[in-house]
Amino acid sequence: MLVEAGHFALALALGLSLIQFIVPLWGARTNDPVLMGVAPASALAVLACIGFAFLALTTAYITSDFSVLNVVENSHSTKPLIYKISGVWGNHEGSMLLWVLILALFGAVVAVSKNTVPVRLQANTLAVQAAITVAFLLFILIASNPFTRITPVGEGQDLNPLLQDPGLAIHPPLLYIGYVGFSITFAFACAALIDGRIDAVWARIVRPWTLGAWSFLTLGIAMGSYWAYYELGWGGWWFWDPVENASLMPWLAGTALLHSTVVMEKRDALKVWTILLAILTFSLSLLGTFLVRSGVLTSVHSFAVDPARGSFILGILVAFIGGSFALFAWRAPLLRQGGLFAPVSREGALVVNNLFLATACATVFIGTLYPLALEVLTGEKISVGAPFFNLTFLPLIIPLLLLLPFGQTLAWKRGNFLGTAQRLYAAMGLAIVATLALLAVTAGGPVVAPLGIGLGTFLILGSLNEIVTRSWSKGTRLAVAWRKAAGLPRSAWGTAIAHAGVGVTVIGIAATAWGVEALGTMKVGDRLKAGSYEIRLERLVPRVEANYREDVALLMVSHNGRELGNLETMKRLYVTRNMPTTEAGIMTVGLGQVYASLGEIQSDGSIGLRLYYKPLVLLIWLGALVMAAGGALSLTDRRLRIGAPARAKVPPSSVPAE
Amino acid sequence: MVIWIILLTMTAAAVMAVLWPLSRHHGQNRQVDPNTQFYRSQLAEIERDQEKGALLPSEAEAAKAEAARRLLRANGQQDAGFVAVGEPALRRRRAASALALSVVPILAIAIYGAYGSPHFQGGAPIAIKQEAAKLDFAAAVGQIEAHLASNPEDGRGWEVLAPVYLRMGRVDDAVKAYGSAIRYLGPEAGRLANYGEAMVLAKDGVVSAEAQAAFEQAVALDKSSAKARFYLARAAEQDGQIEKAKSAYSDLLSTSPADAPWVPVVREQLSRLGAPQSDAAEAGAPRIGSDDIARMVSGLAARLEAQGGSAEEWARLMRSYAVLGQRDKAAAAAKQARQALAKDEAGLKTIEMMARELKLTDAEP
Repeated sequence: MLVEAGHFALALALGLSLIQFIVPLWGARTNDPVLMGVAPASALAVLACIGFAFLALTTAYITSDFSVLNVVENSHSTKPLIYKISGVWGNHEGSMLLWVLILALFGAVVAVSKNTVPVRLQANTLAVQAAITVAFLLFILIASNPFTRITPVGEGQDLNPLLQDPGLAIHPPLLYIGYVGFSITFAFACAALIDGRIDAVWARIVRPWTLGAWSFLTLGIAMGSYWAYYELGWGGWWFWDPVENASLMPWLAGTALLHSTVVMEKRDALKVWTILLAILTFSLSLLGTFLVRSGVLTSVHSFAVDPARGSFILGILVAFIGGSFALFAWRAPLLRQGGLFAPVSREGALVVNNLFLATACATVFIGTLYPLALEVLTGEKISVGAPFFNLTFLPLIIPLLLLLPFGQTLAWKRGNFLGTAQRLYAAMGLAIVATLALLAVTAGGPVVAPLGIGLGTFLILGSLNEIVTRSWSKGTRLAVAWRKAAGLPRSAWGTAIAHAGVGVTVIGIAATAWGVEALGTMKVGDRLKAGSYEIRLERLVPRVEANYREDVALLMVSHNGRELGNLETMKRLYVTRNMPTTEAGIMTVGLGQVYASLGEIQSDGSIGLRLYYKPLVLLIWLGALVMAAGGALSLTDRRLRIGAPARAKVPPSSVPAE
Repeated sequence: MVIWIILLTMTAAAVMAVLWPLSRHHGQNRQVDPNTQFYRSQLAEIERDQEKGALLPSEAEAAKAEAARRLLRANGQQDAGFVAVGEPALRRRRAASALALSVVPILAIAIYGAYGSPHFQGGAPIAIKQEAAKLDFAAAVGQIEAHLASNPEDGRGWEVLAPVYLRMGRVDDAVKAYGSAIRYLGPEAGRLANYGEAMVLAKDGVVSAEAQAAFEQAVALDKSSAKARFYLARAAEQDGQIEKAKSAYSDLLSTSPADAPWVPVVREQLSRLGAPQSDAAEAGAPRIGSDDIARMVSGLAARLEAQGGSAEEWARLMRSYAVLGQRDKAAAAAKQARQALAKDEAGLKTIEMMARELKLTDAEP
C-alpha cells in the first residue's frame, strides 16, 4: 500500500512540476504576482511528494519488502540495517530518486527565501528548476521505475559487495548535493537570461549556492577517492578513470564559477562569463550523470547497462545543454556589461584563474570523451590514462597554483604586481628554504617531492600571509594583531583556509613520490619489506560472516625492528552474488599509511601480497576537508560585500577590503 | 478500494497546493524591492566597516561611490509594478486554476495507470515465511561450500551438495559436484547413475557419450541400477534404435517391483514408443507442446537453409532433431552443415563433435 502511494506521489510530483514550470513563467511575462506566487507553493508540494516517495522506498528496503523488484535486486534480509538504507541509493533507480529529491529540496529552499530574492527572479528560477525536475521525473517514471512490483520472492539478490561499505552511505549524497546544487546556479543563470537582467544582487543570491555546492562536491570527490583507495585494493587514490573525471570536470568549472561570482558580487564585472560558467558547470554535472548512468562506461557506478536509459539521459542532456546555450546566445548580448578593471588587479588575477581552470577542465573533457568518441566512430579502443593527464593537466594546474597567492594579495580594480610580490617575499623565501632543505636531506631521492612540497608550503604560507598582513604590521602588539585578525570577515578566513587546504593536498600528492612498494609471494612466517617498514605473515585464517566468507591474512607490522601492531587484509567472497572483493589492510602511522593488499592464494598455502608505505598520504584528503571547511566558513559570512576599488592615487600597499 | 481513496486524497491535496496561492489576494503584498534594498544595506555596511576601522576612509569613500552608483541605476530600472487586478488578471487566474485542476490529476493517473500496480496484493506474510525457510537453506549451502572450499577432498560433502545444487537449478555445479564425489569416494553404481543424470539434465535431455559411459559403468557395477538402465534405454531411443530401446524398457519393467516409483514413467515411455508417432516430445523435457517445438525447429531449419548460419546454430538444429527422435533429419542437417561450413574449419569441428555426440555417424544409412 505504502509503496503504491509512494509511486503515485511521484506521478503527482510530475504534474505539479509541470504546473511549476508553466504558470510562473507566464506570470513573469505578464507581470502577475498571483501566478508567480504559484512557484513557491508548488515547489514545496513537489518536495512533499518526492520526499514521501523516497520514504516509501526506504521503508520497503528496511522491511525487506521483496515484492518490489528494486528491493529484490539490491537488498538481502541479512544485510546490516545501514546497508539496507544506503542500498536505497546504491542502485540506478534509487540513486535517480535521490537526485530528484535533492533537486526538489533545493527548489523548496529557494521557495522559502522570501525577502532576499526578487519575486520575478524567484519565479523564473523555480520554473527552470521545475523543467529539470520534469525531465528527471519522466525519466524515473518511464525508464527506471523504482516501484515496479513482482510476485513476492523469498530472498533478495544482495547489494554489489563493493558498495557494502559506510562509504556508500556518504559518498553519493555528498556528490549529488554538489551536482544538484549547481542546478540551482544554472536555474538562476537561465532566469537571469530570461529576464535579461543580472547584477550584484543576483551574484549575492547565487554565491552561497555555488559555495555550498562546491564544498559538498569537494567532500564527495575526496570521499570517493578515499573509498576507491581502500576498497579497490590497488593502492592508488586517483586513476583518471572516466567516472572520476566526470566528477572532476564540474568541480573545475564550479571552482571557476565560485571565483567569478566573487568578482561579480564585489565588482559587478564578468557577468556574461559568470552566466556561461554557471551553465557549463551544470551541463558538466549532467554529462557526468549521463556518463555514469548510461552504461557508456563500465564501472562500479554503472548499475545497469541499458541503452534505452542511455538515450533518455542523452535526450535530457541535449535538451538542457542545447536549450541553455541557445538561450545564452539569444539573451546574453542584452546583458549590461559591468565594472572595468586593469589587467593587473584582483579581478584580472581571477580571470587568469578562470582561464586556467576552464582550460584544465577542457583537457579532462577531451581525455575523457575522446576515447569514447573514437570507439563509437571507428570501433578502435584506446586508453587515455595518467600519462596523458600528467602531460596536459599538470602543466596547467602548476602555474595556476604558483600564481594563486599573488592573485589573493592583489588589490581590486588596479593592482601593483611588484608591490604584491614584495608582500609575498617572506612566504616565497620560506618555501624556497623548505624545498632546498628537503632536497639536501633526501638527496638521491625523487626531485618532484621536494619541489611539490615547496609549492604546497608556498600556498599555505601565501594564504596565511593574507591574514597576517591585514592584521599585523611592524610595531603592532601581538594581542592587538590577534584581535584584528579575529575581527576580519569570515569570508577572508574562509578564503585563506580553503587556499591553504589546496596547499595541504599538494603536499600530500607530492609526497606520493616518496612512496615505496614491494611485491612478494609469502608463506606463514615470511617477511616483506617496503622502505623502513616490514611485515611478517603471522597466520592465514578463513572466516565466515552472514553474507560473505573471507580468507584473512594476519600481518605484523614493524618499523626498523620495532613492532607496531597487527594488520589484516582479506579476500572476501560474497556468496549471493558469487563475487570476490579484496579488503586492503591499512595502518596509519602519523600522516602516512602502511597499506597491504592480499593477492591470489596459491594451492600450496602461499599468498601473493602487495605492500606499500605511503608517507603523508592522508594529507591528500585532509587538504580536501580543509578546502571544504574554508568554503563552509565563507558560507556563514552573510555580510554584504563590496570590493573597495583601489584609486590610482592610493599607494599600492593599501589593503583591499572584503 | 482503500488504495483509491488514499490516492484520491493525495491528488486533492496536491491540487490544493496550487489553487491556494491562486486564491489569495495580492493587493497589499508588495515586497520591498530587493534590488534597491540590497544597495542600501551595502552602503550601511560600508559605514559600519569604516567605524570599526576595517576600511580606510579613502577606501570607504570609493566603495560608497560605487554602491551609490549602483543604487541609482537600480532605482532607475525598478519593476514597472505588478498588476493583479482587473479582468485579464482574473481570466489568467481562472486559466491557471483550470490548468492545475486538469494537468495534475490527469497526468498522475495516466502515468500511474500505465506503470503502477494498484491491485497488487501485498503478499508480505507469505514472503516472510518463505524468506525464513529459504534463508536457512541458503545459509546451509553457504556453510557446506565454505567447508568444501577449505577441504576440497571431502567427497562426502560433494555428494551431499550435488542434489542440492540440482534442486537450486545449478545443474553445471551439480555435475562438477558429482564428479568430485566420484573422484574422492570412488565409483559406485548409484553415484555414477546420478552423475550421468546430472549430465543429461545439463545437456537438455540428450544422453551424451560421456553420460552413457557413466550409465554403462553403473550397470557394470550393479546390474539392478534402475536409473542407469532407464537412461541407457533412452540413449538407445535417441540413437534411433527403437527396438533396442523398447526391449530395454520392458526389461527394466519386468525386473522392477510393481510398486517401484519409476514404473509409471517407464510404462509411459513404452506406450509412447508403441504409438505410431515417434516424434513426440520426450517425457523429461519441459512440457511445451511438441507442436511448438516442431514449429520452432522447422523455423530454424528454414532460416539456416535460406540464409546460412553459424556452426553453433547448425549444431543446435541437429540436436533438436535428435531430441525429437527424427534422426534421419538430424543426419541430413549434419550433411547440409558440412556443405555450408566447408571453408570454416572450426565450424566443421563443432559439427563433427555434435555428430559424434549424437552418434549420427553410426545411424547414417
